[in-house]
Amino acid sequence: MEVLKIATAGSVDDGKSTLIGRLLYDTKSLTTDKLEAIEKTSKQKGYDYLDFSLATDGLVAEREQGITIDVAHIYFSTPKKSYIIADTPGHVEYTRNMVTGASTSQAAIILIDARKGVIEQTNRHFFINNLLRIKNVIVAINKMDLVDYSEETYNAIKADFETLMEKRDYQDQNITFIPVSALKGDNVVHKGENFSWYDGKTLLEHLEQLDKKDVFNVGTPRFPVQYVIRPKTDEFHDFRGFAGKVYGGELSVGDEVVALPSQTKSKIKDIYFYDKKFETASRRSSVTITLEDEINVSRGDMLVKVGDMPKIDKQFTATISWMDAKNMNAGGKYIIQHGVNKVLAKVDSIHHKINPDYSGIEEVDSLKINDIAKVSFKLNKPIFFDAFKDHRTNGSFILIDTQSNNTVGAGFIN
Amino acid sequence: MELMKDTSHINPLENEAIYIIREVAAQFEKPVLLFSGGKDSITLVRLAQKAFYPAKIPFPLMHIDTGHNFPETIEFRDRLVKELGLELIVRNVQDSIDQGKVKEETGRYSSRNALQTTTLLDAIEEFKFDACIGGARRDEEKARAKERIFSVRDDFGQWDEKNQRPELFDMLNGQIDLGQNVRVFPISNWTELDVWSYIEKENIEIPSIYFAHKRKVFLRDGMIWSHSDYVYQEDHEEVLEELVRFRTVGDMSCTAAVFSEAADISSVVQEIRESTISERGARIDDKRSEAAMEKRKQQGYF
Repeated sequence: MEVLKIATAGSVDDGKSTLIGRLLYDTKSLTTDKLEAIEKTSKQKGYDYLDFSLATDGLVAEREQGITIDVAHIYFSTPKKSYIIADTPGHVEYTRNMVTGASTSQAAIILIDARKGVIEQTNRHFFINNLLRIKNVIVAINKMDLVDYSEETYNAIKADFETLMEKRDYQDQNITFIPVSALKGDNVVHKGENFSWYDGKTLLEHLEQLDKKDVFNVGTPRFPVQYVIRPKTDEFHDFRGFAGKVYGGELSVGDEVVALPSQTKSKIKDIYFYDKKFETASRRSSVTITLEDEINVSRGDMLVKVGDMPKIDKQFTATISWMDAKNMNAGGKYIIQHGVNKVLAKVDSIHHKINPDYSGIEEVDSLKINDIAKVSFKLNKPIFFDAFKDHRTNGSFILIDTQSNNTVGAGFIN
Repeated sequence: MELMKDTSHINPLENEAIYIIREVAAQFEKPVLLFSGGKDSITLVRLAQKAFYPAKIPFPLMHIDTGHNFPETIEFRDRLVKELGLELIVRNVQDSIDQGKVKEETGRYSSRNALQTTTLLDAIEEFKFDACIGGARRDEEKARAKERIFSVRDDFGQWDEKNQRPELFDMLNGQIDLGQNVRVFPISNWTELDVWSYIEKENIEIPSIYFAHKRKVFLRDGMIWSHSDYVYQEDHEEVLEELVRFRTVGDMSCTAAVFSEAADISSVVQEIRESTISERGARIDDKRSEAAMEKRKQQGYF
């Protein structure tokens, strides 16, 4: 079964919850008891329509305030695919949640209220999806019913958005515009009868035809070792398997590999998935690899193909999304978790803050929660990385506070 | 051994779960797998087997036994553990009651479900477990939809839902202070149908109560309750013998049955596919209030 993860962000008013509710409703993914619960609560609150946000806002505080505070995960499926929606709030104070939701997604939906057009929040949402190099972005121009399904309005918003696209860093992002009315159900799952001028796909049709190979950014194979498997049984007496997930490409039996950081060479002997052996470990599969030679490999080490080395360095510059209430300052020490590898890091310098609304950069001394900035780090030992633009997994890391143990930021290596 | 071509057909959810389980073994000193005998925890056991093959699962299973479980579940549990050569720890809610730590509920809706929390937290302290792997899924319930894969609990086992660590990409931050522990949910992103399809595909054995069988039941509030010594029943609530099965298995006092003729796994999958009622629709414990699950989780529930 194919799984597609989609990030959505937006505020209460742009109809995001209605859109998600519509997707669930029209794909018959809302069960009767859930629907009844929504009907009951909507009625109690005196609403004239069904408030689908009640299905997604899971916390008491969220329902009280009528806002989405935290990322919620919503699931639905069609006979073709399973969908996971990471639904995130879109206000400026929730930038960190948008980054979090986008980090695990292969597609994103940006909602625009047709009456308002491209607003500051649209800029921010687009900036983050572009920063995280989400391959497919769908710009859903919503509430078309409130602008009389006007083609002119749609075209004007599209043109505004295209101006925004010129500023983006990641130019290869696929962007699709779809006019919808989530409330009326036009162009979400079913074709809208009021769009005589639109002959493109509905939102769901578009998601359905996104091919697996088109949604991931392909890099080169990187195999971070998670765990060393040593059964020490009679049958598997000398077995030493390296368990991990393959990122960026494939690895096959017979491939010549280098173990990092030792830089020792060997060849892949066997690839196991459970009790079966495979010729090739495909991208994102959790396999166990054995090598021809007895070499020293432990957790945090990495296997790569000969001639395809990542960068090995004790310093780098990265774009940081800061997520903690406590500021980040130059000289501050953190733990960097890069994949499954952990090192100590010191903030060498904060170069500048990047305003996610495309209004330029700013000199700052420290970073506040939800800031995005360019920062240089020094590490206590080298890590093996790629630039984020070349490798989404091996080019990203998280920052962990040494005292609170909290995840306080995310980084994308330049 | 036959060499298969490539691993591209493998379910991405399975790959994700195996990755998570391996992270637990690597990042924590004393992990445990919380095993209820239900389909989700049985699925977890299979995933853990796959994660460490050809080595054994490097952590024990623990069952918090309410004493009100379906006998079929307990019989199944003991057989599975024996067959796989796993270590099983059992801690009993009855002991917590006898020690005066919790008070048995009484009346029409009494259940031992909520009492499990105390027994669980005591067991975590007794064994100094720093990570507890559980089979909760985000699609089950709206408070669970907000749950992290690595969910940090404080010294009191409590969930601070408004102050959760962000989880980015595949990176799982398992750093904790002494006394804290992490609840880990490897099948967070699976739906009920995903679990059932997996059980079918993998040919995983599950307790017989998941399949249609004749059972003595009674009806209350539009739900089918088991007739049992453990379940409060009023005189006017008539005992019927019906063909039913269970969609979710908790303890007898909080799990309602559904009318069903699905006697094998493929009919069960078919039934779930066509169902218009959600899985937890048959959980009496969730009907207590709209925020029932969130409240229990804050107190240290799974």
